[in-house]
Amino acid sequence: MTWLSAPASETQITHARRLWLYALAGVTMFFLVVPSLIVIPMSFSESQYLEFPPREWSLRWYRNYFGSVAWMDATATSFKAGVLTMLLATTIGVAAAYGLHASRTRWSGLIQGLLLTPIVVPVILVGIGVFYVYARLGLVNTLIGIVMAHSMLAVPLVVMIVTSALKSYDANQELVARSLGASRPKAFFLVTLPQIRFSVVTSAVLSFLTSFDEVIVALFVSGGANSTLTRNMFASLRDQIDPTIAAISTLVIVLTSALLVISQLFGRDGR
Amino acid sequence: MTDIAAPNAEGLRRDAAAERFSLFALCLPAVLLVLVTMVAPVAWLFYLSFLDDAGATTLEHYRRMVEQPSYFRTFRTTFEVSVLTTAICVAFGYPLAYFMAQLPRRAANICMIAVMLPFWTSLLVRTYAWLVLLQRRGLINTWGMELGLWDQPIALVHNLTGTLIGMVHIMLPFLVLPVYGSMRAIDRDYLRAAANLGASPTQAFWRVFLPLSVPGLLAGATMVFILCLGFYVTPAVLGGGKVSMVANRIATDIEMFFNWGAASALGVVLFAVTLLLLWGASKLVRLDKFLGGGA
Repeated sequence: MTWLSAPASETQITHARRLWLYALAGVTMFFLVVPSLIVIPMSFSESQYLEFPPREWSLRWYRNYFGSVAWMDATATSFKAGVLTMLLATTIGVAAAYGLHASRTRWSGLIQGLLLTPIVVPVILVGIGVFYVYARLGLVNTLIGIVMAHSMLAVPLVVMIVTSALKSYDANQELVARSLGASRPKAFFLVTLPQIRFSVVTSAVLSFLTSFDEVIVALFVSGGANSTLTRNMFASLRDQIDPTIAAISTLVIVLTSALLVISQLFGRDGR
Repeated sequence: MTDIAAPNAEGLRRDAAAERFSLFALCLPAVLLVLVTMVAPVAWLFYLSFLDDAGATTLEHYRRMVEQPSYFRTFRTTFEVSVLTTAICVAFGYPLAYFMAQLPRRAANICMIAVMLPFWTSLLVRTYAWLVLLQRRGLINTWGMELGLWDQPIALVHNLTGTLIGMVHIMLPFLVLPVYGSMRAIDRDYLRAAANLGASPTQAFWRVFLPLSVPGLLAGATMVFILCLGFYVTPAVLGGGKVSMVANRIATDIEMFFNWGAASALGVVLFAVTLLLLWGASKLVRLDKFLGGGA
């Protein structure tokens, strides 16, 4: 018990008098972690009732998921939307961040502000607004409609991440390349892009996840043959608790973790 | 000298302008997308909120908000849920951040995984997990009754309790990250100086450490409160239709009543309050300092 009476910090308070803090912090961290982890064992349960730990294990809910045309279609839509959003948002986001960073005109601040606004606009407002506009353009329930709305939500993330990378990048390297005869695009692709690739990969992964995870806009503008996975999951969560959701959730957790690990490994720069 | 340089300078200026313009053009696709899918829709809703069914200009939708008790209830619920969520997040998040800030870096980074894990887990996955844990025949009720802690299943979900649990879970990282950041930045010498001058550990905390961590706390709490105001999914699922916040009401107005005017007006109010709070908070603390890097 000597540990308990030892000082815990420079202010000479002892661990014994700090125990409440350790307990509170422990409980809070437990609270944060448990929901993300409990789903995984639940998905392998044989029972359709909730038991923990499950009495019998099976792959029943995974068979259910992979055997259902509706879930498979929704998954395909979500993947298509995610990949297209990733391509669109990353491309135009990197272009915009580079343009803003290099040009620095009077309007740069204003444009940057405009590109970041989707962060502060309540998503529900975007959802119904986009629905209203799409209804007039015939874009409701189309893949292109979902991709456009999701890309708009992802662009601020791309612009923020890439801008901060460009700020810490020494732009003189690009000037050197150009003085040696490279055109501006060539200098960008050969010199600048490889050095900001970590932030580009991170923004691509985040763009994909922004779309793949998005619920509210998808609820309004996706439907029919183009329902997203999140839309179907939300609908089934509201109605009843189907353990198939646990199987899907587990797969989503695996996918997300894999993407994050890939972005860490692939994008790790020399520094 | 100037005679020769003048035309060249003019040409250089033209080149520079052309280059600036072509760089500027790189922003256009993104700007266009944001204009079409965000600015135009929001502006359109703003316009709709001032129109009645016949298309005449009216303040009807805003007047109803003030006069009808059901709107008042929605606003009160939204406000209550947001205040409670923020308060609970501060009550649990501040001590957690404090605990982490005292740890050696390596240990703190391990704790950081616990804080970040919810960030990495899909919102719907977490909502489902809470349903599994909290419902009538869910894990917490089953365990509680097996252990003899209570006899009847207690209503933990499809009500305010469930909504709050779900929302606190989502919002805690948004509070812990900026608070932790600001605590790490506090120079420990201040605390040693306070102790040297005779302050007890408690006094040193309240009079030195806490005031220094307030900017981070304020930034985090504001962010949590603002994000809470617009919540839709958690109240809809974990509230079981009994907790109707502004966003849920907006969705119902559209899905069930096709009342674009009323929904738009609510959306405009929600947006205006959000902007007002952001503006107010930015006068007090530099929000971007705490939120730019982490988010």
